[in-house]
Amino acid sequence: MTAASIKIPVRVHGIVARSNRTRGLWLLVLVAVLALLSALSVTTGTRDVAWAEIMAALGGGQETIGQAAVALRMPRTLLAVLSGAALGLAGAIMQGITRNPLADPGILGVNMGASLAVVIGVAWFGITSAHAYIWTAILGAGGAAVFVYTIGSLGRGGATPLKLALAGAATSVAFASLVIAIVLPRGDIAGGIQAWQIGGVGGATYDRVVPVLPFLGVGFAISLLSARKLNSLALGDDVAAGLGEHVATARAVASLGAILLCGATTAVCGPIGFLGLVVPHLCRTLIGVDHRWLLPFSAFGGAALLLAADILGRIVARPGEIDVGIITALIGAPFFIWIVRRQRVRDL
Amino acid sequence: MPSPTIDLLAVNRRRRARRHSIALGLLLVLVVVLFGFTLSVGQSVIAPMDVLRVLLGEPVPGTSFTVGQLRLPRAVLSILSGLCFGLGGVAFQVMLRNPLASPDIIGITSGAGAAAVFAIVVLQMSGPVVSLLAVGAGLGVAVLVYGLSFRNGVGGTRLILVGIGVSAMLQSVIAYILSTALSWSLQEAMRWLTGSVNGAQLQQALPLLLALTVFGGVLLSRTRDLEALRLGDDTASALGVRVSQTRMLVIVSAVGMIAAATAVTGPIAFVAFLAGPIAARIVRSNGSLLLPAALVGAILVLLGDYVGQVLLPSRYPVGVITGALGAPYLIFLIVRVNRTGGSL
Repeated sequence: MTAASIKIPVRVHGIVARSNRTRGLWLLVLVAVLALLSALSVTTGTRDVAWAEIMAALGGGQETIGQAAVALRMPRTLLAVLSGAALGLAGAIMQGITRNPLADPGILGVNMGASLAVVIGVAWFGITSAHAYIWTAILGAGGAAVFVYTIGSLGRGGATPLKLALAGAATSVAFASLVIAIVLPRGDIAGGIQAWQIGGVGGATYDRVVPVLPFLGVGFAISLLSARKLNSLALGDDVAAGLGEHVATARAVASLGAILLCGATTAVCGPIGFLGLVVPHLCRTLIGVDHRWLLPFSAFGGAALLLAADILGRIVARPGEIDVGIITALIGAPFFIWIVRRQRVRDL
Repeated sequence: MPSPTIDLLAVNRRRRARRHSIALGLLLVLVVVLFGFTLSVGQSVIAPMDVLRVLLGEPVPGTSFTVGQLRLPRAVLSILSGLCFGLGGVAFQVMLRNPLASPDIIGITSGAGAAAVFAIVVLQMSGPVVSLLAVGAGLGVAVLVYGLSFRNGVGGTRLILVGIGVSAMLQSVIAYILSTALSWSLQEAMRWLTGSVNGAQLQQALPLLLALTVFGGVLLSRTRDLEALRLGDDTASALGVRVSQTRMLVIVSAVGMIAAATAVTGPIAFVAFLAGPIAARIVRSNGSLLLPAALVGAILVLLGDYVGQVLLPSRYPVGVITGALGAPYLIFLIVRVNRTGGSL
C-alpha cells in the first residue's frame, strides 16, 4: 500500500519531465516542417521556376514571368499559414470549451454561419470593403456559435458531444442550402461567391491579407491566453468552479477568441472545414492534453497542414489547381467518421 | 358475443382507416389539381379546355407548343421526381426511425449526384447510362455509410453523423468537378447543386417511370413489414418480419428511386427529407406513410417549381425554393428532436 503510493508520484514525475523535453523537441520539428513547407509553397506550382528567379523575387524583383509567379505565391503562402494557424487554434479551443472531440469550426456550423452572413451582406446589402466583409463574417460566426450551442444543449443531458455535433452539422447543411438559395439566382455575384464558397487561398494578395491581421492578432492573443482556463475546464465544470475559475466567463472569453479567428479566416478564404478537427487530435497524440502546449502546437500544426494541403492541390491537378477547401474535406471527413465510430455512444 | 371494448376497437380502427384513405384521396386530388393548374396558368393563361385538347393529342394553334413542349414535360417530371424523392425518403426515415436519416442528409443523394456529374462532365456520357451509374453510386454510398456506422448495431445518431461526413466529401468532389468543367454553365451547375427541372423533356420521364414501377412496387409491397419495423427491430422480428431481408430490399429500392430521380433532375434539395414529416402531420393516424409521403413529394416539387417560375420576380430553379423551405424546418426538427428525443 505505502509502496504503491510512493511509487505513483515518482512515475508521474518521470513522465512529465520526459514529455516536456519531448514537447520541446516536437515543437522544433514542427517549426522546421512549417519552414520547409513555406519554402516549398513559394517554389512549387503550375510553373517551375529557377532558383535564381526565386532569390530575385524574394528581393522584390518582378522582371521575368518566373519572378512574378513567385511574387504571387508569397502572399498566398502567408495567407495559408495564417488561416491554417487560426483554424487549428480555433478547433483546439472549441474542443476544449465543449469537451467535445467532434468540435470544429466547420462541423459546429461556425464557418458556415460566417459564410452565410457574408453572402447575405453581399447579396442584399451590397457590402464590398474588406473590413465590412470581416465584421459581417465575425458577426455571423458568433451568431452561429451561440445558436448551435443553444440548440445542442436543449433537452436531457445538456450539450453531449453527439448532440452538439448533430446540431452543428444540421445547421451547417441548412445554412449551406440557404447560401445556395441566395447566391445561385444572382448571376451578378454567383460566380465569385461560388468560388469563394469552396474555400481556398489561391489568388491571395497582400491587399486582401493585411486587413485581417489585426483581427487575427487579437484572436490569437485571446486564445493563447485562455490556455490555463481551458485546462481547468477540462476537469469538468464543477471542479473548475471549485478551483476558483469563473466557468461561464472563461468559456465566453475563449469562444470570443475562436470566433474572431474563424470569422476573419472565413472572410478571406471562405469556409474551410475539418482542419480544426484533425489538427488538435494529431497534436494531442504528440504532446498530450495540456492546453498550454496544445494551443500553440495546434496553431503551428494547422498552418503546416493547410500549407501542405494547398501545395498538394497545386501538384495533383497540374496544370490546374484544386482548392484547399476540397482537399481538407477529402482528408478531414474520413477522420471525422473515424472519431464518430470510435466514440463510445451512450445516449442513442 | 363480442365485448363492448372489442367493438370500440373495431370502430376506432375503421375510423382511422377511413381517415387515412380520405387524406390520401385529398392529396391525390391536390396533385391532379396542381398538375392541371400549372399546365394552364403560367406567364400566360390557357383555357382548361384547350389544355385538355392538347393532352388528348389534338393540335391547338398557339398553345400546343406552350403546353405540350414547355409545361407538360416540366409538370410530368416534377410529379415523377417528387414521387421518387418522397417515397424513397420516407422509406429511409421509417426504416431507421429517424427523420434526419433521409437520403439527402446522409449522403446518398450526393453520391448519386457526384456519379452523375462525373459521368456527364468527365466521361461525356448522357442518357440512361448516367442514371445507371447514379443508381450504382447511390447504392455504394448507402452500403458504405451503413457499414461505417455499424458497430454493435447501427446507432441512429452515429449513422447520421457518418452520413454527413461522407456527404461532405462527395459535395467537395462535385464542387471540384463543376469547377473544372470546360463549359462552366451556371444552369448546369445549379442542377447539380440544388436540383431543377429546367429544360425538361418527356423522354427523361422514362427512367423515372421505370424506377417508380419496379422499386416503388417493391416498397409498397413491403408496407406492412416497414410498419412493423417502426416498432423496433426486436418487436418486428417477433411479429414475423424478416428484418434484415426487409431492410436490404427497402435500402435497394429506396436508393434506386432516389438515385434515378437525382440523375434526371439533380438533388432537389430537402424534398426527400420534408415529405415524410409533412405527410405524418397530414395523415396523423397510424396508417402507412409511404403513399402520402410520395404524394406530398410530388406536391412539393410541383409547387416549388411553380413558385420559382411564375410567382417570384425572377426565375429560380425548384431546388432553391425547396432548399429555402427545408433549411428552417431542419433546424426546427433538430430543436424538437433534442427537446423530446422524438421521431417522425
